[in-house]
Amino acid sequence: MDFAVFLVQCLNAVQYGLLLFLVASGLTLIFGILGVINLAHGSFYMIGAYLAYALAPWVATHLGGGFFTALVIGLVLSVAFGYVLEWGFVSYLYHREHLQQVLMTYGLILVFEELRSILVGDDVHGVPPPAWLAGSIPLGGVMSYPLYRLFISGVCIAVALGLYAVIARTRLGMAIRAGASNREMVQSLGVDIRLLYRIVFASGVALAVFAGMIAAPVSSVYPGMGNQVLIVSFVVVVIGGIGSIRGALLASLLVGFVDTFGNVLMPQIAGMLVYVLMAVILLWRPEGLFRTS
Amino acid sequence: MPADILLRAEGVSRHFGGLVAVDDVSLALVRNEVHAVIGTNGAGKSTLVNVLAGELSASGGRVQLLGRDVTRWPQPRRARAGLGRSYQRTTIFPRASVFENCRLAAQAHAQHALDWWSDAKTCGESTKLAERAIEQAGLAAQTHRTAGTLSHGQKRQLEIAMCLATAPAVLLLDEPLAGMGPEETDRMLQLLSMLKPAHAILLVEHDMDAVFRIADHITVMVNGAVLASGEPAAIRANADVQSAYLGEAPESAVPAPVV
Amino acid sequence: MRTLRSSASVAPLAAALIALAAFPYVGGKFYVDLVLTTMILSIFALSLELLVGNTGLVSFGHAAFFGIGAYATALLTPSANAPSLAWLLPAVLVIAGLAAAAIGVLSLRTRGVYFIMVTLAFAQMAYYVFHDTKLAGGSDGMYLYVKPVLAIGGFTLVDLGNSRTFYYATLAALALVFALLATIGRSRFGHALAGIRANEQRMRAVGFSTYSYKLAAFVLGGALAGIAGFLHAVKDGFVNPEILAWHQSGAVLLMLILGGIGSLRGAVLGAFIFVLLKELFQSEVLFGGFARHWQLRLGLTIIACAALMPNGVVAVPAQLRRLRAPVAHAG
Repeated sequence: MDFAVFLVQCLNAVQYGLLLFLVASGLTLIFGILGVINLAHGSFYMIGAYLAYALAPWVATHLGGGFFTALVIGLVLSVAFGYVLEWGFVSYLYHREHLQQVLMTYGLILVFEELRSILVGDDVHGVPPPAWLAGSIPLGGVMSYPLYRLFISGVCIAVALGLYAVIARTRLGMAIRAGASNREMVQSLGVDIRLLYRIVFASGVALAVFAGMIAAPVSSVYPGMGNQVLIVSFVVVVIGGIGSIRGALLASLLVGFVDTFGNVLMPQIAGMLVYVLMAVILLWRPEGLFRTS
Repeated sequence: MPADILLRAEGVSRHFGGLVAVDDVSLALVRNEVHAVIGTNGAGKSTLVNVLAGELSASGGRVQLLGRDVTRWPQPRRARAGLGRSYQRTTIFPRASVFENCRLAAQAHAQHALDWWSDAKTCGESTKLAERAIEQAGLAAQTHRTAGTLSHGQKRQLEIAMCLATAPAVLLLDEPLAGMGPEETDRMLQLLSMLKPAHAILLVEHDMDAVFRIADHITVMVNGAVLASGEPAAIRANADVQSAYLGEAPESAVPAPVV
Repeated sequence: MRTLRSSASVAPLAAALIALAAFPYVGGKFYVDLVLTTMILSIFALSLELLVGNTGLVSFGHAAFFGIGAYATALLTPSANAPSLAWLLPAVLVIAGLAAAAIGVLSLRTRGVYFIMVTLAFAQMAYYVFHDTKLAGGSDGMYLYVKPVLAIGGFTLVDLGNSRTFYYATLAALALVFALLATIGRSRFGHALAGIRANEQRMRAVGFSTYSYKLAAFVLGGALAGIAGFLHAVKDGFVNPEILAWHQSGAVLLMLILGGIGSLRGAVLGAFIFVLLKELFQSEVLFGGFARHWQLRLGLTIIACAALMPNGVVAVPAQLRRLRAPVAHAG
């Protein structure tokens, strides 16, 4: 493959990896801090994509806004949704056995899928990117790269930096880091642990929904998308180590590259490559690259 | 040099990233001797026990059990070779009977481990070992009670009985007296005296009175390293130990030895 | 510490066996077929019970072994002559067992939540192997053109192509698997597995090499799931990748929790309840046009059951008794 093609694939890999990072970071935080294994996490991604599809025309007609307005509204909605979901459902799952958590969140997936089916239908949809991002920039002499994909990568990097800033530099972040290893200590420091959990969960939901929204123009909007991203996110979390954001980032990029180049070089077995990667890492480090406990 | 060294640790250390939890610790456990390890919280005592037991790997140093180098051996293998340990937090099986708790422990050493057809309760060897362990621990009257219904002191006794069911040569006991009242403590100390002749016992404890009553040898740990090691009287008189404990070591008359 | 209970009273089991044996004579074709499907799913559920209920290994990828068993059956069945049960069944058992060994060796290096995620991921991998490659017809699946027989000399003893024979063969398989797991449950091996479930660290401290025990249970569970897959393939004469979908792994876990973890009869009961619920929820008679959104009802039921009946149907009598007469009892 010549250099231009290679560069394009690298950019694709990074973009896919970064999107995955948004989803996986939420998953790993929710598990690391709240101790809840949440199978419905992929559904949030799916909800984000369908939100992008459903909100766009509504926002255009009622608010005269475009893509970014829809994004903001989607974010606000997702935080509220995450807040309510934690209060009404997830809080019930703390300290339960893993099997119960798995089954209850699995039931939640079915409920979300069917609600979506009832409300929006089962069709596949495309979502156009905003006009000013719809072009391509030239790469070398022959190829060009879609501007929107660069936008996705840029936004994800910004979010990743924001996450880092919050976790490493703020009091909330300190509480989160402490909460991951020692719940009782955090409580005795006067932090309202319930509020902390709610914030973490809502943030995780928002990250996944946001990822779905910005991904919609490139991945299109279809019923099975949540499940697919969920399982790959699990692989990312296993490889990266539960509770580790750093691990999630590294693992997401790794998966992004293996998957992208796998699809280009060995399309028949591309679907399995990610799992082979996981198997190899497990042989070497059963608790992930950066285990936190 | 005492002939009957059952467990020897040479220069054992263990770090977690940058934190050194156990720093170059050496000790020897001898048959018919209770070797107490004391120290303030965070001194590395439990970590040391975990490394000796094989639950954690050593970052450096060697561990020898009954003359063999077991430094690289995983915990189950060391247990089968004669190393028993009890835990600070009771780890019995609460829903099974006292008998079943010990029988299962003994099963680890019985033959035909992968036997999938014969009824476990008819396994003669593990039954005998279990009965003997229960007898030794003084729990014969409770043999068929559900373990979860025992009193705290009895649960700690069961914890020891499970160790004994594996017929070990070395006993690593992590705070067996935790949470016990004076009567229960006496009973436990009597049990330990009874077990002494046939075993080498390592005792991690905070109860200083009990330690000075029963220990034949004391090692004091501070910040993961050995501060002092020797006979109880010498340790009591040691100035470093006294200052490390800020007067916690009893300076009153020597308590009556346990017969 | 719970070992797999097959419980003191054999009478209900005998009654169930007789009822199942008599059913083809009283039930219509549709219902007999339904019972047959349920018996196959019961074997599948029982195979997972060994892992979840006895050993405490929550595997979210058990459908992989069901599927591998089914596909192995399809791939090994020749296109013209009926294969002999004498080699086909053992071969399927071995293949499913080997697959479980391969996946188990890697998965069992992890614990708890990691284990759940890893088993899910490996099952997905198996799904992609059958879905994306041309190994066995890809997403279209493949057919079995002949059903296996058991023949000695020129005599055909058992012809699985005969639906009545197949029904009784499945019933026999269910009874045998049940009996096998009951025996294991009270054996030394079974008790060791129960101890691992209760406190694996303690078991290691006492001298059990728990990894080997877990691997043995995992392989056995996988092989038994392979038998269920074999029966599924022979029954429908068709296999497709959807039988390895993670929804199947979720469904079988649901069956266990519906019936009651730690109980063999719970596993079988859970399978029956699951099939009944699915039929109910999909019934157009009850739900009219809304019937096609049956997964909504199923999802809500799963949530309700996991929340309210965490110990399954078999524990409900005890739960009700406790509710009605609250007496303080030793924890």
